[in-house]
Amino acid sequence: MKIAIASGKGGTGKTTVAVNLAWVLSGHGKAVRYLDCDVEEPNGHLFLKSKFDKTETAFIPVPAIDESKCDACDECVRFCRYKALVQLGKIVMVFEELCHGCGGCLRVCPKQAITEKEKRIGTVDTGYAGKIAFVSGRLDVGQAMSPPLIRQVLTHTKEDRINIVDAPPGTSCPVIAAIRKVDFVLLVTEPTPFGLHDLGLTLDMIGELGLPYAVVVNRAVPTVLSAREFCSQNKVDILADIPDDRRIAEAYSTGEIFCRGLPAYQDYFNTIWFGIERRLNL
Amino acid sequence: MKEIVVISGKGGTGKTSVAASFAASANDRAVMVDCDVDAADLHLILYPRILDTHPFHSGHKAVILQEKCIGCGNCLSFCRFDAVVKVALPNQNSLYQIDPVSCEGCGVCVRFCPVTAVDFPENQCGEWYESFTRFGPLVHARLGVAAENSGRLVTLLRQKAKEIAESAKADYVIIDGSPGIGCPVIASLTGADAALIVTEPTISGEHDFQRVMELTKKLGVPAMVCVNKWDINPAKTDEILQLAEANGLTCVGNIHYGNAVTEAQCAGQTVIEYGEPCMAGDFGNVWKNTIALLK
Repeated sequence: MKIAIASGKGGTGKTTVAVNLAWVLSGHGKAVRYLDCDVEEPNGHLFLKSKFDKTETAFIPVPAIDESKCDACDECVRFCRYKALVQLGKIVMVFEELCHGCGGCLRVCPKQAITEKEKRIGTVDTGYAGKIAFVSGRLDVGQAMSPPLIRQVLTHTKEDRINIVDAPPGTSCPVIAAIRKVDFVLLVTEPTPFGLHDLGLTLDMIGELGLPYAVVVNRAVPTVLSAREFCSQNKVDILADIPDDRRIAEAYSTGEIFCRGLPAYQDYFNTIWFGIERRLNL
Repeated sequence: MKEIVVISGKGGTGKTSVAASFAASANDRAVMVDCDVDAADLHLILYPRILDTHPFHSGHKAVILQEKCIGCGNCLSFCRFDAVVKVALPNQNSLYQIDPVSCEGCGVCVRFCPVTAVDFPENQCGEWYESFTRFGPLVHARLGVAAENSGRLVTLLRQKAKEIAESAKADYVIIDGSPGIGCPVIASLTGADAALIVTEPTISGEHDFQRVMELTKKLGVPAMVCVNKWDINPAKTDEILQLAEANGLTCVGNIHYGNAVTEAQCAGQTVIEYGEPCMAGDFGNVWKNTIALLK
């Protein structure tokens, strides 16, 4: 089973919820895998103190042009939708950072002058955090395209475990790559105008993907009315309100799992898990 | 005219609150741009009056014309993005469809369909707006649901903002960037005059700060730093500032932890307008030091 933890706005507490949920479930003896798909800024390992024992490199295919065969007919240049190929005089140049790796240029080249080579975009680290199997994608600084790396992280999913997918923020291609094949999305929001506005955008996106979901309100103040009202208007279930507790913020700042130091909060995550199980009819 | 990008690496560190306060401080001398096109929030504070709405077209999406399709499956075997879906029909035949969310618009299936059964209409993936606010012009956008190409939209918004700034003889273009280090961030940083990295004194704030700082170096954009909520963990703040200094970044001032930021947001105001003196002072100070460094 795959559960994604997502939010439109950054910094609402996705990683906090994901690491605490993983830790609490693992404490109950469940087999948990944590897949950190926030590959631009992966943080899960900082909290779960994962030990990595394997690193694989992630590549995407980009074209390589054999100049001895290329007669600069410009067929590939005209085909490429991403402007990754440019003709300068008798030479075709490849702008690798614009290439999506569709392979079209190889197929259209009448002289078979194009092959593919691998371009490194990042790494996927695997290991353990206690009993939690941990997989973390890490985009190389300067690389623009994270979806292929996210897809590679997700190849480490094991269906018979509880796979917790820590998704990137936003509403466009990276988050879609992370959540589109999960069974359930847990949306983390904060009861501020920015938080609720971005939750609205996220609900539109989830609606498009047709995935089941529910909301956790983080940093809830006693008057969480605005978030409650917003969710009831949009017919969204709230599984838990995690309070705005300074002790949580302090634990977070030093990289602690707050449920460890503040065990009373474990019940919030039991409730969240119960809510997910009930919605998935487990 | 100077272009300043506010970024953070980690999300939720206060980028938009800082960018909005810059708009208030620059009062009529700046053009604002919301380049966090995925989750744009600046308009919730600046209340733009939209003067002009433009469609944002980016690329194309494939559509299989069922009446022409002969079911050869070429499209399925050529697509690198898992965007072709094979649907088994009860009569043993299959139907091929394109999943628009996965389609990256490369055109391979269009080109190699033997019976030209793949249509390739232009894809409208959002709208962008030229607006006016109480602090001057704002260029912003709304990306369509599950759309891509946010990098291209960011580049477009920046270009428009520059044109407006040049014709209005504005001193600054202030860009509210997006979290992360990927395509929209690279698009909002490339060629800018300066980047202000807003971070927070947490273990993840520091980790992400380091990566986005490396990115500014790679792109050759001079960067400055501001630690928001610095007093939550003064020791971590010190560590971040030492790291910044070691990398040649100047700190343009830090911001206390305070409820005024959320209260101002709820009131639809910038922290400068909200008028809680300590916080307004912190934000005003960051602006003063930032423009001093730009000169």
